[in-house]
Amino acid sequence: MLRFIGRRLLIAIPTLFLVVTVAFFMMRAAPGSPFDGDRKLSPEIEANVMAKYGMDRPLHEQYGAYLAGVVQGDLGPSLKYKDKTVLQILQENYRVSLTLGLSSIILATLIGVSLGVLAALRQNQTTDYVVMTVAILGVCIPTFVTAPILVLVIASKLGWLPSAGWNGGALPNLILPIVVLTLPQVAIISRLTRAGMVEVLRSNYIRTARAKGLPENRIVRRHALRAAILPLVSYLGPAAAGLITGSLVVEKIFNLPGLGKFFVISALQRDYTVVMGMVIFYAALILILNLIADLLHAVLDPRVRLS
Amino acid sequence: MTGTILTPGSRRGAETMEKAARGRSLWDDAQRRLLRNKAAVGGMIVLGVLVLAAVIGPFFTPFAYDQINKDHVWAPPLTQGHLLGADSLGRDLLARLLTGLRVSLAIGLVATSVSLIIGVVWGAVAGYLGGRIDEIMMRVVDVLYSLPFIFFVILLMVTFGSNIILIFVAIGAVEWLTMSRIVRGQTLSLKHKEFVEAARAAGLGDGGIIAKHIIPNLLGPVVVYVTLTIPAVILAESFLSFLGLGVQPPMASLGTLIANGAQDMELAWWLLVFPSLTMVVTLMSFNFIGDGLRDAIDPKDR
Repeated sequence: MLRFIGRRLLIAIPTLFLVVTVAFFMMRAAPGSPFDGDRKLSPEIEANVMAKYGMDRPLHEQYGAYLAGVVQGDLGPSLKYKDKTVLQILQENYRVSLTLGLSSIILATLIGVSLGVLAALRQNQTTDYVVMTVAILGVCIPTFVTAPILVLVIASKLGWLPSAGWNGGALPNLILPIVVLTLPQVAIISRLTRAGMVEVLRSNYIRTARAKGLPENRIVRRHALRAAILPLVSYLGPAAAGLITGSLVVEKIFNLPGLGKFFVISALQRDYTVVMGMVIFYAALILILNLIADLLHAVLDPRVRLS
Repeated sequence: MTGTILTPGSRRGAETMEKAARGRSLWDDAQRRLLRNKAAVGGMIVLGVLVLAAVIGPFFTPFAYDQINKDHVWAPPLTQGHLLGADSLGRDLLARLLTGLRVSLAIGLVATSVSLIIGVVWGAVAGYLGGRIDEIMMRVVDVLYSLPFIFFVILLMVTFGSNIILIFVAIGAVEWLTMSRIVRGQTLSLKHKEFVEAARAAGLGDGGIIAKHIIPNLLGPVVVYVTLTIPAVILAESFLSFLGLGVQPPMASLGTLIANGAQDMELAWWLLVFPSLTMVVTLMSFNFIGDGLRDAIDPKDR
């Protein structure tokens, strides 16, 4: 077990290194600089500013210095927000994204697994068809369609919920963004659960359980579900990536002060350090979630050997 | 189906034997199953109509997609000659929608081809050569897999500006990973088959075996994955366009149209609703076809 974790961490380090490197040089290859403002800086001032952030040195030296900083947990200062470090910006803004992401994944799992199990138990009946149709719709209707349409209908026309803003995380402001993020995940999770469940329900050990005379309820809960949700565990990593992608759209449409919105703005403003910091943060997050998924998989499925 | 064997003089017995032995090929079977799948057939018909509309439609609209009409600003559907209404610059939505659909479909096709080529070559080489090279090549895929790719595409767009060729390449470069895994898995199982051994015994080199024997036999799963990749690519492009990083105005794609529609939806619902509907219908028909193909080619759950 420990060896497995160790090996996975050993893969994670070069991955992160690659992320840092590619992001660093891509950002620097971009035309424009963080100091292009409305007013043109005089050459002397610009040289001073560049020197202050060490950007007058050759690129490979800057890269070395940046790497050294990252290893020590220092992501550097923001180039646009004068007196803030990248870490501070991450700390100030992660809460919004985390709230949205966590609520969505929990909700999506609860709803998706229930729907999937229901569909599998009533295979090829009306319930099954309804659930699967909804699931296909969920996969085919992207967040950037559901979000504006929900805002138009529920917020603008009906006036039931606020159309945008964070408002200190008040529940009414959260409902629409969470619904938008949750829907596609529900669709995917219910499809995965149904597929897993259908396969498991046909297997021999379920037949044995039936033959023993166990009540159906118990068979489903204790025996089938555990095996059927295994594919879901592997979906944890991709789900996180999907939520992060979705949050870029949702935070933009609902004007929420989260990391996703910040990322796009910072990239456009050439705020090198902030962009790099976020890329590293998200890459680390996804790597960790993938590791957790593998471990969970091993715990839930005794056939998997961590070697 | 029988064809050439009905030569005069052939004996009846040989003829029936030939018929019985001939049977149905894997692809005949798959075709039959596919055509029985109503959702897939519906998807193919709808997609056919959409493709036709995207390819020839723009030639028949009364307005050009970038034609600005000062007097037609916010014209609702069915007024002033605009079947689907006009936008904030008085541009005809129908013309823009058809052009946008054309751009989105083209991006879907080209980017998928890019991913197809990289993925098939990478996967086939890794699977066929095996050993250390396989290990390294697949490790590269693993590493790339765990990257938050959308960020790299965004960075790429920011870095080099949004040009349409770059969108093709960027998205294609992201989507090849799954393809290469599928292809590698298939190749691993194919390379020990007898016909590959036979080809090798006959003196065919590695390159020839990969090109002539491995890749043609990978077709089934690859075709399925391609039909599922196209909608994913269209989605990715629209997503970029929605964030303002994709196709640039006055060019349109489904994503830019939806983004503009979302901005103006309080004033002109049609700008949001029609592009969204087109998007959803397009994605659905691809998904139905893909699911149908998978059931037809790989009928595990028959």
